[in-house]
Amino acid sequence: MTDDPSDTEVVVEARHTRCPVPVLRAARAARALPPGTEILVLATDPATALDMPAWARMRGHTVMAVDEQSDGEVRVRVRLLG
Amino acid sequence: MPDTVTGTGTRRRTVLDAGSAAPVRPEAREAWLAALDDGWADPRRLHAEGRAARLLLDAARERVAEVLAARPDDVFFPPHHAAAAHSAVMGLAAARPVGAPVVTTAVEHSAVLHAASWLERTGGRPHVEVGVDALGHLDHEQFKSALPGAAVAAVQHANGEIGTVQPLDDVASAATAAGVPLIVDAGVSLGFLPAPRAGDALVGNPRAWGSVPGVGLLVLRPGTRWRPHGPGEAEGAHRRPGEAAGEVDVPAAVAAAVSLAAAEAQRDETSRRLTELVTRVRACAGSLPDVEVAGDPEGRAPHVVTFSVLYLPGEMLVQALDAEGFAVTSGSACTADTLRPSHVLAAVGGLTHGNVRLVLPAAVRRDEVEAFCVALPRVVTRLRAELGVDEL
Repeated sequence: MTDDPSDTEVVVEARHTRCPVPVLRAARAARALPPGTEILVLATDPATALDMPAWARMRGHTVMAVDEQSDGEVRVRVRLLG
Repeated sequence: MPDTVTGTGTRRRTVLDAGSAAPVRPEAREAWLAALDDGWADPRRLHAEGRAARLLLDAARERVAEVLAARPDDVFFPPHHAAAAHSAVMGLAAARPVGAPVVTTAVEHSAVLHAASWLERTGGRPHVEVGVDALGHLDHEQFKSALPGAAVAAVQHANGEIGTVQPLDDVASAATAAGVPLIVDAGVSLGFLPAPRAGDALVGNPRAWGSVPGVGLLVLRPGTRWRPHGPGEAEGAHRRPGEAAGEVDVPAAVAAAVSLAAAEAQRDETSRRLTELVTRVRACAGSLPDVEVAGDPEGRAPHVVTFSVLYLPGEMLVQALDAEGFAVTSGSACTADTLRPSHVLAAVGGLTHGNVRLVLPAAVRRDEVEAFCVALPRVVTRLRAELGVDEL
């Protein structure tokens, strides 16, 4: 990761959607991205904090961080397989 | 399973959701109907009708005690499984030092977790949740280190979602060594696995072995210290955990006892048959692309299996399978009425969306499970295509 993550990260906006939409959007984004890319999934559905790591495990991606913020927002950073 | 008449004619229904309520066993139904005639009265009354009800209730306690290797006086019938679990956790904790924590696993039944978090909020007792591994076995080291000074520990025999069986002998040895009373929740396992002898209190769910609604089950082993936590639960020799003021649904208690004895008499056969059928479901679901089967494939309850289908909402699967004639449930929370997905799937790091849970009733037939294994791939393929997620 560089000092300015916005250079290398692709943000996947999935706030105010319900499961499994955040994982679906992450999967759609991942399909179009080169290996090694980091994606940052923004969500409000609490299941995202559990399902993104499960998805990453099933697809061989690496979870870098899972942040559940006090306002209910969930941020999951994943490095795509590669 | 019986046929059900629908608007479009007669259609076969297959119940594969016998967890919180199973189809009623014929023995339970018969015993219940007979006890409605002979045991309708208040068993606390001194007249002949009351005494008749009292005799039936005493016989029910004796029958249950026999199956569970307990004393009849230590068998109680709270109104349901959750009440039994609450009474166990709160009553055992009440007999222990103020402020001492309550230890549970992270995968206990919600009734146990609710009682523990209630005591944390209102009783000043920290709730320590012991984690589990990916198959759902409790972390024994964490459990042991949580015990010293604890008020009470609660560990289930088998999990109602993933089926995983806990090593109760090790759990009980650790609790005994630490001087901490242990509650064993056998709500899932009674009638399907050998009844656990371990622990100071045993909790059961008659509805899960095919009895009628009306009672739960609580057994306190001799010497277990329990204090009332609610009105009407007398102390000492007259303690009545969960039976407020001695009020018991006598016909339901009779049905629970008779059907437990019946389930126990057939347990070996039932267990062998259901173990094999769940193995079949684990294989047919697990062979589908991007479907994960949870729980211990070996050390498990015979009749419980759950799996998660990547990219599909669990509720959509439940509805589609219902339309195909199969009653199943889900630990997913993708609809508006439930906010948090299954705490069990969360604890094992499983996929929480797309979840389907089967708890087979004792009377399920092989051809019904085979039909499910035929319908499932079709439903999954169709829903994934409809949602446009089949290429992901």
